[in-house]
Amino acid sequence: MSTTTTLHWHTVCPLTRLDLDRGVAALVDGMQVALFRTADGLYAIDNRDPVTGAYVLSRGIVGSRQGVPTVASPLHKQVYDLRTGDCLDLPGVAVTRHEIRCREGLVEVRLRQEE
Amino acid sequence: MIGGSVVVIGNGMVGQRFVDALRSRDPDGRWRVTVLAEENRPAYDRVRLSAYFDGVSADELNLHTPYDGVRLRLGEPVTGVDRVRRLVTTAAGEYPYDVLVLATGSSAFVPPVDGATLPGVFVYRTLDDLTAIREHARGRRTGAVIGGGLLGLEAANALRLLGLTTSVVEFAPRLMPVQVDTAGAAMLRRYVEELGVTCHLGVATTAVRPGPDGTAGALELADGTLLDADLVVVAAGIRPRDELARAAGLGVGPRGGVLVDDTGRSSDDRIYAVGECAAVDGTCYGLVAPGYAMAEVVADRLVGGAATFPGADTATKLKLLGVDVASFGDAHGTTPGCLDVTWTDPATRVYAKLVLSDDATTLLGGVLVGDAAAYPTLRASVGGPLPAAPLALLAPAGSGAAAAGALPASAQVCSCNGVTRQDVDTAIAGGCADVPALKACTRAGTSCGSCVPMLKQLLDAAGVVQSRALCEHFDVSRQELFDIVRVHGIRTFSRLIAEHGRGRGCDICKPVVASILASLGGGHILDGELASLQDTNDHFLANLQRDGSYSVVPRIPGGEITPEKLIVIGEVARDFQLYTKITGGQRIDLFGARVDQLPQIWRRLVDAGFESGHAYGKALRTVKSCVGSTWCRYGVQDSVGLAIALELRYRGLRAPHKIKSAVSGCARECAEARSKDFGIIATETGWNLYLGGNGGFRPRHADLFATDLSTSELVTLIDRFLMFYVRTADRLQRTAAWIEAMEGGLDHLRSVIVDDSLGLCAELDAAMARHVASYSDEWRDVLDDPDRLRRFTSFVNAPDVPDPSITFVTERGQPVPVGGRSPSPDGRQPVTLGLPEVRR
Ligand SMILES: Cc1cc2nc3c(=O)[nH]c(=O)nc-3n(C[C@H](O)[C@H](O)[C@H](O)COP(=O)(O)OP(=O)(O)OC[C@H]3O[C@@H](n4cnc5c(N)ncnc54)[C@H](O)[C@@H]3O)c2cc1C
Ligand code: SF4
Repeated sequence: MSTTTTLHWHTVCPLTRLDLDRGVAALVDGMQVALFRTADGLYAIDNRDPVTGAYVLSRGIVGSRQGVPTVASPLHKQVYDLRTGDCLDLPGVAVTRHEIRCREGLVEVRLRQEE
Repeated sequence: MIGGSVVVIGNGMVGQRFVDALRSRDPDGRWRVTVLAEENRPAYDRVRLSAYFDGVSADELNLHTPYDGVRLRLGEPVTGVDRVRRLVTTAAGEYPYDVLVLATGSSAFVPPVDGATLPGVFVYRTLDDLTAIREHARGRRTGAVIGGGLLGLEAANALRLLGLTTSVVEFAPRLMPVQVDTAGAAMLRRYVEELGVTCHLGVATTAVRPGPDGTAGALELADGTLLDADLVVVAAGIRPRDELARAAGLGVGPRGGVLVDDTGRSSDDRIYAVGECAAVDGTCYGLVAPGYAMAEVVADRLVGGAATFPGADTATKLKLLGVDVASFGDAHGTTPGCLDVTWTDPATRVYAKLVLSDDATTLLGGVLVGDAAAYPTLRASVGGPLPAAPLALLAPAGSGAAAAGALPASAQVCSCNGVTRQDVDTAIAGGCADVPALKACTRAGTSCGSCVPMLKQLLDAAGVVQSRALCEHFDVSRQELFDIVRVHGIRTFSRLIAEHGRGRGCDICKPVVASILASLGGGHILDGELASLQDTNDHFLANLQRDGSYSVVPRIPGGEITPEKLIVIGEVARDFQLYTKITGGQRIDLFGARVDQLPQIWRRLVDAGFESGHAYGKALRTVKSCVGSTWCRYGVQDSVGLAIALELRYRGLRAPHKIKSAVSGCARECAEARSKDFGIIATETGWNLYLGGNGGFRPRHADLFATDLSTSELVTLIDRFLMFYVRTADRLQRTAAWIEAMEGGLDHLRSVIVDDSLGLCAELDAAMARHVASYSDEWRDVLDDPDRLRRFTSFVNAPDVPDPSITFVTERGQPVPVGGRSPSPDGRQPVTLGLPEVRR
């Protein structure tokens, strides 16, 4: 397992820029992060699809699997758990998740970096 | 002895099947095969011969497969067999054999009446016969067929299609005397006469009289009638071609045919006979299935097997002049003490008869006219207990459907290929889970196809439930979901999933619902909640590529484009540094655009008069065309004009899968219309419509659906076809698979969209009218709306920063993704042949 370093919070955009169940990409400290708003809350994961290396996860379809909030890669449709970043179709594959919160109508992200 | 030299005389249906069967049993090629054929073309599907008049080409009827170690000599009939020296003679030379197989088929029997040899009198057996008939029919008005059996009625229909006023003369007092009983024949006659074919029954033909030009002019009947007939087809029966066998001194059957035992062997144990020329224990069979069985037996024997001919199923099911006719088992009730159950419905014009054993427990045979849906189940039940109460089997609604599960293991499900229920069950147990798998694994259903419904029922009976559930969020199929949305007037995904599903949805159900809502006229696909349902292609109205960039395809209807527009595409590509490539659908794809560039690219394209090509959607893609009668010296209709009109009519129509089309200006088919979901080929007088083709993983030719249509008839049929498809197909089911999975297949489709059997046509027409009226260009609508435009940024917090992950290198003078040519560890082969550089 990798250790995780937690950095500081970045303000990204107003909450109103996040449509329900549709991701957007943000550039945080030079990193591409995919942000999602669902009825359950906000989620942030790496934008990079670990299977293909393309930066596209923010453009996947948001949904649920067995009650777990998910996004499906738009390239080859692998499904990821938005809460943990784990790929639900390929054991051992995962994307880094980041912390996300809403403060006074603004969305903030704190990067987690795996070492 | 296993191995040596086999000579096969005749390359008809059965001769070819013998070669196929031997090749598959003799993979090491121990038998060398020589096939000597009288006809000038390799084996073709004689059973479907009449389809030639429906526009099916000779090539499509081909049955021949070339193999190593098999040589085929066309147009080289055998003239003699020398059993002592073991060789056969042709005009070109001698061919020695270790084993000789006679597969010479039959010839048409021509009764010895005056004038039977006049020009204008034909038989109906080979492609050459049909070509000659077509040639002679040109400019003539009347035709007559001698013989009202199966072949005669097929020939009568052909003459009708060639535009001749047609009559049929039959010596017996009813049509199809061999297969059908009196009451069934009466029903059949009503259908036939309604099509304008006159029947003269119970009367002999005494002569063919010449007309003024010395060719056939009239038929003279025994009752003194003189029938106008510029063209005469003789279909009065067939005779086995046993002339070589007789001359060689082989035994022949009491009514002709090479006498063979149940292993196919003649009185000379190096000589076998198969197909229509063989008399197995004295009986000849005029159908292809028994011939195929014989071919398999002889092939098996040659590799040391012990197969024997199991006896033949002479059951037949045909569509004659559009009427279903089937006959099986003891159709005439000749078994002592047997009982009949009959069903006559003058309203729907269905006649059915079952023949039962004296205790009414065993099915012996039967006749069906007008509706033969119950045929597969009934035929397979002959000799066994009834699978259900007789009336339940006959009543058209029952159609014997639920009964397949009650068949005994030995029942023959597919008689063309000799597949039993046991075989099917074994294949299912071995993992076949659908009809295509069963076809591949058992061959059942691959010839005439009439047993396909039964294969489905056997899958059901075996408990192979193909779940219709779309995904974990909806328990119903796409079709049912469509009806729910339509009937309840549901306009949003959230309401639909709350009321009829569970959970939050996923990448399977969301795009399906988006497509259903769009088909039902749901407004712009990016409005409100709809936007969140679209997959990324629909969301950005462009096609996602491997590196995360998108490609852009403007619509170029019919592939026709002005120089000005071509220049605009070139300029846009140059200015945005896009890679350009001509697509298979006759348009131009611009690759390598970032999401933030898409609106700027489209602003330029829309200003130049382009609109969305929907290359990103499950929707109509293109209607390709050849250049047609405007330029081409062969063209007979304006294929480009039609293609443009169709593309503009159906543009933007959302469907379960992509839809492709093409129009060819003549039968040369340069536009490859038959590989499309709907293809149109011009004829002298109109358009032929083909449905259900596709390229891709499992290429399939479209089937001829209707001929010589006017443009408005054509458009009505396509409207209904598309709307019915949009309503009832499964998710990601192309039209070919949709038709294949449909109970009743193409015939059912025809009954729905031509005969309006479900009373749906008005609704389908109205739905298409709504689509046409409400079309608007998705890209123009985006450009006009700042709210929609706001999605097109790479980063929500840095709208001016282009996505740094998208970078290009140059290859052959164009930008391509970095690493695009050689992604890391897979097996992609470099293309470096040291070819000359293309000049740029
Ligand atoms: C219009 C039509 C419709 C039909 N419909 C049906 C149907 O619906 N269902 C069904 O089961 N059957 C049907 N049949 C019958 C079916 O076509 C035949 O049973 C089948 O073709 C028999 O195959 P075969 O190989 O024995 O004979 P054929 O297919 O006739 O082949 C025999 C070949 O041998 C060649 N030959 C003959 N003598 C020589 C020689 N000396 N040297 C070299 N070659 C020679 C002939 O030229 C011919 O090409 C139909 C037939 C016709 C004509
Ligand atoms: S299909 Fe016919 S009309 Fe069209 S280009 Fe080919 S030959 Fe010409």
